[in-house]
Amino acid sequence: MLKKITNIGDCGIICDFGDEVNKETNKEVIQLFNFIKDSVKTKKIKGILNYTPSYNKLIINFELGKIKSKKIIDFIKNSDYSKTIFSQKNKIIEIPICYDEEFALDLNRMEEKTKLNFREIVKEHLNTDFFVYMIGFVPGQPFLGDINRNLYHDRLDTPRIKINKGSVGIVEKFCTIYTFESPGGWNIIGKTPLDLFDINKKKTSILSPGDTVKFKSITKKDLLYFKNE
Amino acid sequence: MSNYFKVLRPGINSTFQDLGRFGLQHLGIVASGCMDQFLFCTSNKLVGNKVSEGALEFAYQGPLLELAGETVLVAITGKVNFNIINKNGEIKQGLSNTSFELSNGDKIDILSTINSVYGYFSISGGFKLKEIKGSVSTLVRAKIGPNSGDKLKSEDKIFFNKSKFLDKTKKIHFDFDEDNTIRAMKGLQIDYFSKKSQEDFFSKEYEITRLTDRMGMRLKGKELKNLVNKNIKSEGITKGSIQIPGDGQPIILLSDHPTIGGYPKIANVISADYDKLVQKTPGTKIKFKLVDLTVAESAFLEYVRKF
Repeated sequence: MLKKITNIGDCGIICDFGDEVNKETNKEVIQLFNFIKDSVKTKKIKGILNYTPSYNKLIINFELGKIKSKKIIDFIKNSDYSKTIFSQKNKIIEIPICYDEEFALDLNRMEEKTKLNFREIVKEHLNTDFFVYMIGFVPGQPFLGDINRNLYHDRLDTPRIKINKGSVGIVEKFCTIYTFESPGGWNIIGKTPLDLFDINKKKTSILSPGDTVKFKSITKKDLLYFKNE
Repeated sequence: MSNYFKVLRPGINSTFQDLGRFGLQHLGIVASGCMDQFLFCTSNKLVGNKVSEGALEFAYQGPLLELAGETVLVAITGKVNFNIINKNGEIKQGLSNTSFELSNGDKIDILSTINSVYGYFSISGGFKLKEIKGSVSTLVRAKIGPNSGDKLKSEDKIFFNKSKFLDKTKKIHFDFDEDNTIRAMKGLQIDYFSKKSQEDFFSKEYEITRLTDRMGMRLKGKELKNLVNKNIKSEGITKGSIQIPGDGQPIILLSDHPTIGGYPKIANVISADYDKLVQKTPGTKIKFKLVDLTVAESAFLEYVRKF
């Protein structure tokens, strides 16, 4: 439930849905996000520049001088967005992943910590229906959940300086996919050849907040010959 | 005859920018856009363009460019030391904040910004730039924008549209605000910090360090003590947010900021003081002044009156 709306700076507001990070809370965030996005598209409200959902919050940025925060706050308070569909599509998006040891940099450490063997970890990962909580930090990077509790794993004490694009990582109940080469502290268990993000495509990001994702195991050979459409 | 500038030296961080790319932050794409909105818009006004036309932003040292093509009307805004070298090799000192003509074979050598960081180079009629999702702003980190999303490089060619000519050159008088007080509103997690640290933040001097770029500005000063939690659940970020990581030293998030982040935020710089802030050079000691939304909104009205 939307707990409170607060100003952040002079050109933003934050809609706070409480402290819990779970799918139920996030679905409400995404519902409001979709509602605002549609309202901007259909020009029901003007002057909104950006809307950024995260686990339990939605930030809305607006053009100062075009609209006042009070007007946006009233707009939200007087709207019933509970009927807004929360995902744009109902189908499950499949993401190929190669768990070959060349890419699964942290599988050994995870085996030790979780007391599961490689095969069991992979099976758990493949069996999970992942929910896209949010996208960001860098363009296109998704934060997916929830991983089964027996796979929970802390962030690396010392982050790696370089993690390759396409690397799939785990921290606690979340899974991420690196869309750019970058530093990072996630436990890497595999790699996808799929380009999740391409600014030159009409559909810039394959994933949107609220989507459902399932991983599909591929061989190293499949990975090498994989063609992004 | 095609008209272009040849890049003989790219400068430190020369990128094309406009007012920003909006509506995509939920996919991890930050708005980017010019750092100093007033100088960006002014550079366009001086050459008769619409204010939102894409321009070249440079930081500290700008590029050395050679014109191949017809005579053009251009302008450089900021406090900028630059020379115009004509094709006979004669060097003439350039005047910033004034539009002027360049002819075939002329070179423009943007040597440095003076006691400031950013300057803008605009051309009448505009540069020929490829719009990406409605904007020509460049986000180098993600290779988004014209020029393959990259900074200028040596040997690049910058094409432009046919110049529209004004009857006479235009100029503005312009001075930076030398005052080092930056107004800010309370941040979302200000209560995470001790009362003493909240007071320190809004009264002590913080020095701008060299670890400053289009993404953020790292400050150095009195350590700010977090009593609650050094991390928060990652949430969306707004330009001008001041986050305090575990080491207690503030980082102000600027135009190319990450779209979400997990550090508590103590304050937010008000929109009216953003241009002033980004022009302060490393080593400058700034002070934050606490203001509320009403003050921030009226300060913004005053700020846009300059345009």
